[in-house]
Amino acid sequence: MNRSSMLSFLSSVLVIVAGLAIGFIILLISNANQAIPAFTTILTFGITSMRNLGDVLLFATPIILTGLSVAFAFKTGLFNIGASGQFTIGAFVAVFISLEFTFLPPPIRIISAILAAATAGALWGAIPGLLKAYRNVHEVISCIMTNYIAMLFVNYMIITFIFDPGNATSRRLPADSNLPTMGLDYIFRDALRPSFVNVGIILAILTAVLIYIILEKTTFGYELKACGFNKDAAKYAGINENRNIITSMMICGALAGIGGALNFMNGTGLAMGIVDVLASEGFMGISVAFLGLNHPIGVIFSGILVAYLYIGGARMQVFGFSIEIIEIVISIIIYFCAFVFLVKTFVGKGLVKITKKTTQKEEIVE
Amino acid sequence: MYTIEMRNVTKIFPGIIANDNITLQLERGEIHALLGENGAGKSTLMSVLFGLYKPETGEIYKNGELVTITGPNDANTLGIGMVHQHFKLVHNFTVLENIVLGVESTKNGILQMQDARARVKALSEKYAFDIDIDAEIRHISVGMQQRVEILKMLYRNNEILIFDEPTAVLTPQEIEALMNTMRNMAAEGKSILFITHKLDEIKQVADRCSVLRKGKMIGTVKVSETSKEELSEMMVGRKVALSLDKNEAKKGAAILQVKNLQKSSGDGKPLKNISFDVFAGEILCIAGIEGNGQTDLVYALTGLSEVDSGQILMEGTELSKMKIRKRTEMGISHIPEDRHRHGLVLDYSLAYNTILQTYYTKEFQHRSFLRKDAIMAYARRLIDRFDIRSGQGEETPARSMSGGNQQKTILAREIDRNPKLLIAVQPTRGLDVGAIEYIHKQLLEQRDAGRAVLLVSLELEEVMNVSDRILVMYEGEIVADVDPKKVTFNELGLYMSGAKKDKVVA
Ligand SMILES: Nc1ncnc2c1ncn2[C@@H]1O[C@H](COP(=O)(O)OP(=O)(O)OP(=O)(O)O)[C@@H](O)[C@H]1O
Ligand SMILES: [Mg+2]
Repeated sequence: MNRSSMLSFLSSVLVIVAGLAIGFIILLISNANQAIPAFTTILTFGITSMRNLGDVLLFATPIILTGLSVAFAFKTGLFNIGASGQFTIGAFVAVFISLEFTFLPPPIRIISAILAAATAGALWGAIPGLLKAYRNVHEVISCIMTNYIAMLFVNYMIITFIFDPGNATSRRLPADSNLPTMGLDYIFRDALRPSFVNVGIILAILTAVLIYIILEKTTFGYELKACGFNKDAAKYAGINENRNIITSMMICGALAGIGGALNFMNGTGLAMGIVDVLASEGFMGISVAFLGLNHPIGVIFSGILVAYLYIGGARMQVFGFSIEIIEIVISIIIYFCAFVFLVKTFVGKGLVKITKKTTQKEEIVE
Repeated sequence: MYTIEMRNVTKIFPGIIANDNITLQLERGEIHALLGENGAGKSTLMSVLFGLYKPETGEIYKNGELVTITGPNDANTLGIGMVHQHFKLVHNFTVLENIVLGVESTKNGILQMQDARARVKALSEKYAFDIDIDAEIRHISVGMQQRVEILKMLYRNNEILIFDEPTAVLTPQEIEALMNTMRNMAAEGKSILFITHKLDEIKQVADRCSVLRKGKMIGTVKVSETSKEELSEMMVGRKVALSLDKNEAKKGAAILQVKNLQKSSGDGKPLKNISFDVFAGEILCIAGIEGNGQTDLVYALTGLSEVDSGQILMEGTELSKMKIRKRTEMGISHIPEDRHRHGLVLDYSLAYNTILQTYYTKEFQHRSFLRKDAIMAYARRLIDRFDIRSGQGEETPARSMSGGNQQKTILAREIDRNPKLLIAVQPTRGLDVGAIEYIHKQLLEQRDAGRAVLLVSLELEEVMNVSDRILVMYEGEIVADVDPKKVTFNELGLYMSGAKKDKVVA
């Protein structure tokens, strides 16, 4: 390594250390006595046992998919803040099929639940796509609205069709609706019990690879990225931008929808609640995509990293830290890491983009 | 002692030595031209001086003292200012805001615009810039935008002014005005570094000229003692034909027929009842001062925008409602006016840019998968044929190519499709004399192969040399249909300024 790459490596490490340090300081302020064990927990809990590691992968599954959803949109020049709603719709459809279509043999039911979730997510994602293509409504606005509509609509559907009054949630999924573990439960376990990790993580990784192939190897990907990089040039080239916006949003929706399905079919006995906050997996998808530099393969790793922090973070509760403090610490660490990756890639390509997009100041480097 | 001396500067990019041990000396009060082929390293050298690139080796001296310039701020402190090849203005800010951006004076955290306004006004009057300082950048012409860039430098009291191809985007009138401004500034003792591909401009204003070739300094000469031919030979390394010899056009059937085209409003002037034909085997030129409807006309022909009424017939087929893709497939090629906006996807590689309209054809795709090998081979073929120079060949990101080579890439792509109609809007903008010679030959070759060429150009020289027939546009109307052999420069100028007008029937 020469001197300048050494320096840039050191500065990245420094930024990440700074992120960790600020996280630690927040813990200190919040509760000085417990700060050290809590901090050790967030950094190491995910690898203290194979079961915890399995839980990391389990938690990573849906956010890899929502991350892919956001990243894919980004490549097309769209900001899919609607992953949350698409996720919720997909989740509901999968849960509904799992509960109501018991006449189908389990393997077929599982596959149809996932496919139907993908379809429903795609249709939901198409709404902002259509609005943008034909009415020039900014996708961020319509995504925010469709997020809330999805949440309230699903609340209503749960209460109407699959309600469990005892728990005030949806009914729990029958055991034969869970995704197969494919032996993963033998690898990822500790002395007490196995992790719930299942084939979902493998599906998520395969999906990421598929998205990578679509973006990098196909004419469709070529078109989408051309639109994302330079709309005017794409138009000049005769590429149908409107069609691309709609298809792109549908694919994003399908990805988030599958995320929703996998999130509830994982054997943990999770039921869909009647909620008044948007599904956080959708927003985590934004951090995951950001941290993975919007690269599908990068998203696999960033999804796992974010899950790792969340699993460790959740554990910090045993030291008496409130969930809000924990969220702040995790977010700070994620954003400092993302900052390092971002700066590293963009400095290479010229500072143009960030300066132009984020600050509206003068461009510095051509 | 020199105002600025760059000594032994070497700057390396992946795959290319952009500046190879270059020494450049700038005297106080001189206009120093920098000449070189596309990709010779002119912009790079100036970016080093302005602190945008850190050179591998080399020193910069100001008034004999060693200085370090690590960024535009350092450059500014040392009195160095730069107008870039592609402007760097904030489009939704006003002229005044752009000028003071970065050096705002504040009092208790509140912007103090009054002093700034007075100073900018004074400067603008001194150089007779005639500019509305409260207009937003996006509403003013390119020529005006350049004045804003110049005012930015003057406002910062810069003494050393770098102009990177300032004239490439200007109309002849604006160029004249810029030349005057430069002379005035030099007379006040400011030193100017001036990049241009136009030898006439060098002859007009520059005192000395340094020539770069493939990253190396070939030499610095006194302009008054050097002929244009000598300059171009230094630059290219061989003799260049500065004028074009061409044979008679063999005019064939009408390829494109435009009938009563109307468009009420657009980016420029409304189009008023435009009718003309373009024939196979001819180069038809649309001349005119920028902003007289040429852009809208080209957009209408290529499908980038719609028209209100009228017909566009290509070999008898009605085009005016057709999608862009369809028109391309019908045999229209388009070298766009704005290469960064329409012509290129800067984040794609050179190779990916060469297939922008053909990526979906059998040649480049198999069952929806891009055929990378075929694409790369195709790009290499174009690189060879059109002599496109870049650091990493077909893999070079378009963004890191020199301006002229970006233009050549677009040209290569559009010409190689063997169109029936080639619409070329300022195809030689930003190209060096060697490349211009080459492009003009290509246009002639297309013509001689029986294709129709529609050339839109702002440069009278080019209009007169290349075309077989000239239409002049003024205020969205065609006001003349003339033969370049019979018309004089002067007459053309009268048409262009609206002083003279014929009744033109296609
Ligand atoms: N940021 C960059 N990264 C990589 N290569 C670069 C970069 N900028 C320039 N180059 C390469 O360095 C060489 C010199 O480029 P430069 O822009 O200085 O040429 P130029 O003389 O200004 O040409 P033109 O007349 O076409 O503007 C070119 O081959 C170009 O591809
Ligand atoms: Mg240049």
